[in-house]
Amino acid sequence: MALTPPENPHWWREPLHRMEIGWITIAFLWGLFMFGVMVYWHINGEQNLSNEAYRVNPDVYGEKVEAFAEKYTVRTEGKTEIPVVKPPPGSDIYMLGRLWEWWPILELQKDQTYRLHLSSMDWQHGFSLQPTNINLQVHPKYEMVVTLKPTKSGEFGVVCNEFCGIGHHTMLGKIYVVDK
Amino acid sequence: MIAKEKFRVCPDTGFKVFDTTEKLIKINAVVAVVFLAVGGLFGLLVALTRWPAVHLLPADLFYLVLTAHGADVLLFWIVFFEVAVLYFAGSVLLNVRLAAPRWAWAAFILMLVGAVMANVAVLQGESSVMLTSYVPMRAATHFYLGLILFAVGALVAMFVFFGTLVIAKEEKTYEGSVPLVTFGAIVAAIIAVYTIASGAIILIPTLLWSLDLVADIDSVMYKLVWWGMGHSSQQINMATQVSIWYCIAAMVLGAKPLSEKVSRGAFLLYIVFLQLASAHHLLVEPGISSEWKVFNTSYALYLAVLGSMIHGMSIPGAVECAQRRRGFNEGMFGWLRKAPWGNPAFSGMALSVVLFGILGGITGVVLGAEQLNIIMHNTLYVPGHFHGTVVAGTTLAFMAITYLVVPLIFRREIIWPKVAQWQPYLFGLGVTGISLFMMGAGTLGVSRRHWDMAFTDAPLNFDVPPAAFLMMGLNGISAVIASIGGIMFILVIVGTILFGKKRGEDACRTNPVILPGGGATVMAAGSEGTLKLPGTIALVSVFFAAFVLYYFVNWKYLSEVWPLS
Repeated sequence: MALTPPENPHWWREPLHRMEIGWITIAFLWGLFMFGVMVYWHINGEQNLSNEAYRVNPDVYGEKVEAFAEKYTVRTEGKTEIPVVKPPPGSDIYMLGRLWEWWPILELQKDQTYRLHLSSMDWQHGFSLQPTNINLQVHPKYEMVVTLKPTKSGEFGVVCNEFCGIGHHTMLGKIYVVDK
Repeated sequence: MIAKEKFRVCPDTGFKVFDTTEKLIKINAVVAVVFLAVGGLFGLLVALTRWPAVHLLPADLFYLVLTAHGADVLLFWIVFFEVAVLYFAGSVLLNVRLAAPRWAWAAFILMLVGAVMANVAVLQGESSVMLTSYVPMRAATHFYLGLILFAVGALVAMFVFFGTLVIAKEEKTYEGSVPLVTFGAIVAAIIAVYTIASGAIILIPTLLWSLDLVADIDSVMYKLVWWGMGHSSQQINMATQVSIWYCIAAMVLGAKPLSEKVSRGAFLLYIVFLQLASAHHLLVEPGISSEWKVFNTSYALYLAVLGSMIHGMSIPGAVECAQRRRGFNEGMFGWLRKAPWGNPAFSGMALSVVLFGILGGITGVVLGAEQLNIIMHNTLYVPGHFHGTVVAGTTLAFMAITYLVVPLIFRREIIWPKVAQWQPYLFGLGVTGISLFMMGAGTLGVSRRHWDMAFTDAPLNFDVPPAAFLMMGLNGISAVIASIGGIMFILVIVGTILFGKKRGEDACRTNPVILPGGGATVMAAGSEGTLKLPGTIALVSVFFAAFVLYYFVNWKYLSEVWPLS
């Protein structure tokens, strides 16, 4: 039994049970299939990350985001007067994470494509767009770029879902998606 | 002096149990249970805080307690217990004295000092960084130091185990190959060595960084190497718990593996492929290529998953085979109905196998698919998954074997057998709820490690779907149920060790804890010409159907998300 040495000293020569051969074959093929699905999705699926990223100094990134916000701000919102920024469709758009806010608020058009840049000014943050449920890890010193196309209009929350200190649960941003 | 090592012959099993081995198994197991009690209490506080109607702790304490919960149960409870299992699988099963007992004691003291130091650091409040302590967030220096001391201690224990194997081989205390359970323990120990090495590679520079001796630690590189420890250490659990499954099946039912070759081959797949799983934590990270992500996240071609799926067949197969040989041959599931469901070692093992496979295994594969991770990363789906693996799988398996360790090693009769009988079911039910409801809330987008899903203090507002609040309430109730199961376990085990009746020499006949005659009743199972095992085929088919269905459902979810490229 399992607590004692195998009774057959040449246990590796024992033939396999048919059930074992069958199950190992099925499990192996299923593994190959699941591997193939990830590759297939890169070719035919619509939800893939570009993995495009650049090394960036947080201060430099902050200046870029501020310049971007200044250019396209349409109004401000909330107690802290966060700018709501409406960039043209197809353009590069910017958001930064810092203790404890996502900045600025973006207003996008439905069914238009944008190149979203994300980075952190301090610690790691989690960009969690809800309720559509897109989750990305945002690191300091890395500027990541994701091309996205909102397919629903409405108000979307950007929750921080990487623990970032005592104010973590107050870190919230927003993306509006409007019909044209 | 070495030749004079004292031992007793176990009246139940006939194994030689050396004094030093026995003491070290006891002390490591007892300390493990203490950390389970402490860490479990912290877990209950976490769940009660995340239960919106209760919202027990203030934010700072919540994050503190969550950090302590992770360290105490995921690291300290599990690794102390694993060391006890290794000494058992090495020294007891091979009938040999433990190598270098002084080093084994040094290992124990290092681990204990490290674990206490890390707890002190967290409880002082300056190290609420979560177990993962992602840079550039910084903890107190003695938090990192505690973890490093603990890891070094564990490493020393691994080498004591390896040394024990060498002595057994040299002194020829066993014939042929090592038993399967020992083989699984060897696999766990090998994985542990490179796991602990990864931990040292990342925690030592982080310690220096916390003292300002290192200027900067790259945050993506940190995650890559940290998870070389963090995820691989779950594979130590995996190998240990599978060994325990085989061990319990052998002790309680006299089951032997269907095929030594298949079971050992499956273990070997773990050694070769498991460490790639660090990638599971980097799937939505910037600047890593998809080729790298796809290859690593799938353990090459899902070859480690293949290992687990093989064990998922061979464990029920071994049980069915043993039961049929004992005469429980009625219909497809007569063997299952007549299994010893009132024996907490068996029921705990059976629940561990099923819950691990379904709640932990299937969801882990889904979570680890590169693109599917986009809709799950850092949501409550993640802790939902790993409470399925580490609590329903590992912790339940460890509890189950404790019901055998206490009578056999501590030589005490279990007090309150009725409580013990119900304990695995209650704990299993609670953990099932915890796992399912957290995954449900995660699917609705609720974040993990988050104090307030209502965002009361946030400058903006955001409404989480009401169903998610319900899920978190149900999660709280499940946590209470699991805690009751946990408390029952602690009371029975601690009560038995302190006040249980001494187990006499003839108890192996009057009150057997392992099947009389052991493996002798079930000779010659395995390989071709064995019995037909229709029950196992049916169970495995149901599992596989659930796996395939759930896998595709999640791709359907993903396809409805905003296009990303």
